[in-house]
Amino acid sequence: MAYSGFRILREALRGHRGWGPAWRDAAPKDHYDYVIIGGGGHGLATAYYLASVYKQSRIAVVEKGWIGGGNVGRNTTIIRSNYLLEGNEPFYEFSLKLWEGLEQDLNYNAMVSQRGILNLVHTDAQRDAFIRRGNAMILNGADAEFMSTEQIVAKYPFLNVNNARFPIKGGLAQHRGGTVRHDAVAWGYARAADRLGVDIIQNCQVTGLRIENGTCLGVDTTRGFIGATKVASCVAGSSSRIMQMAGMRLPIESHVLQAFVSEGLKPILPGVITFGAGHFYCSQSDKGGLVFGGDIDGYNSYAQRGNLPVIEDVCEGGMAIFPNLGRARLLRSWGGIMDMSMDGSPIIDRTHIDGLYFNGGWCYGGFKATPASGYAYAHLLATDTPHHTATAYRLDRFRTGHMIDEKGMGNQPNLH
Amino acid sequence: MIIIHPLLGPRDSSEFIYKGDAALINRPDWQASDALDQFIDYGYLRDNPAGLHRELWYHEQGDRSWLVVTRDTTTHEITQVELARDVARRQGRST
Ligand SMILES: Cc1cc2nc3c(=O)[nH]c(=O)nc-3n(C[C@H](O)[C@H](O)[C@H](O)COP(=O)(O)OP(=O)(O)OC[C@H]3O[C@@H](n4cnc5c(N)ncnc54)[C@H](O)[C@@H]3O)c2cc1C
Repeated sequence: MAYSGFRILREALRGHRGWGPAWRDAAPKDHYDYVIIGGGGHGLATAYYLASVYKQSRIAVVEKGWIGGGNVGRNTTIIRSNYLLEGNEPFYEFSLKLWEGLEQDLNYNAMVSQRGILNLVHTDAQRDAFIRRGNAMILNGADAEFMSTEQIVAKYPFLNVNNARFPIKGGLAQHRGGTVRHDAVAWGYARAADRLGVDIIQNCQVTGLRIENGTCLGVDTTRGFIGATKVASCVAGSSSRIMQMAGMRLPIESHVLQAFVSEGLKPILPGVITFGAGHFYCSQSDKGGLVFGGDIDGYNSYAQRGNLPVIEDVCEGGMAIFPNLGRARLLRSWGGIMDMSMDGSPIIDRTHIDGLYFNGGWCYGGFKATPASGYAYAHLLATDTPHHTATAYRLDRFRTGHMIDEKGMGNQPNLH
Repeated sequence: MIIIHPLLGPRDSSEFIYKGDAALINRPDWQASDALDQFIDYGYLRDNPAGLHRELWYHEQGDRSWLVVTRDTTTHEITQVELARDVARRQGRST
């Protein structure tokens, strides 16, 4: 059933009895061509593009809980393509372009809102670095504008531009950046994939990978063995746990990142602001809550909850730059598990085991990558060659010295 | 999280800098025939377990000692804290 304005009117007149479930509750079959482990944004997008763009069939997504219960439903929903390095920027710009057409493509309202993102700068050196980044973005077909303090004040009059330690000296804006309704991304991809025949199997945890003579034959799950020609891991923060089943160690540490939302307020914050120097960023959701966050807690964690020092740090950062935040009440805070990689960049690659593929290392920035990650992973799965925007995301880059380290931090995951 | 420092007693974890897996104490021998493989492993690959994890914490805002903390990554519960020096000595890494 296609969704449309007309359909809503029709259902309104008929007491909304005509809506069916958005996707089938599929039971596992014995064998698929493709089994994708993980029903987060990336896994569902991979299944969708495999079926729609690469015309593959016999595809299953297996999810241990319910789809959207992982990071795709926990993140702060910011999309952007403001990267510096060659290995990254074309990929993230490809992703942003996919976001721009996503709702028509999926026939689903994902509330893609290009309200703009602004990265604040406070020193001359930071301004130079951000302008360089803006130039790299423009060279890759993205949009970027350096905004003066006056322009920023006109749009965000409540920002504290005269903070003693971090006075605002301008900012790098990407007007095509913004936010997307996170759950709707999972649901939209799930529904669109389901309509193309993909089986979405929930409450089905992968407990083992069956590997014989260097070939992956399928997955053991809590609902029995599922055979597969190609097995594709796509489990974000749980990546090390899955790949360990194949005896692999990854260039990844799992870390917890927290996020916060205030009570609902009238519109105050028109775009997304990031105050990187103070470990704070914020946007306002369509329901009115101020959605904000900061740094990861910084120690290995699978707990999906963080500790109080980071909450204090984030709120201090917020008060320094956006003082009226102090008048709002904090409604909720939560955490998600990040797959922090050794250079801060992701991996989309084959493994040394035939039929076993890996997608992970998204750190705290994988939501914006969802469409391109799914597209590039589907390309790899269907053709066994990397998508042209994702050639740098190799598993062996730490051996060959081709790290993609945007921040220049080195092999220390909690600093990326 | 509170880390019970073996010399200083209970300290807030925010006084510390987190380094990572305590296996980093075992720096490979640069003269070994497979030193390159060993260093790639040492520098970039991690066990990253869900459960007990032995890890290095540096008491930067305290006595600047390195500690080996045994912590459950699924609950954050800390069950053992040792001076990294003692651990290294036991492994013959330090004098
Ligand atoms: C607080 C927070 C804020 C963030 N903010 C942003 C942001 O503003 N912008 C941005 O771009 N990114 C952001 N991110 C990062 C982004 O959310 C993630 O990088 C991205 O969602 C990861 O991909 P995913 O959606 O596929 O992951 P997930 O939704 O976590 O999907 C992985 C799935 O795998 C399943 N799984 C795990 N183990 C198994 C198993 N054994 N068997 C079967 N299934 C399994 C899990 O249940 C889960 O559903 C944020 C993350 C957090 C936590």
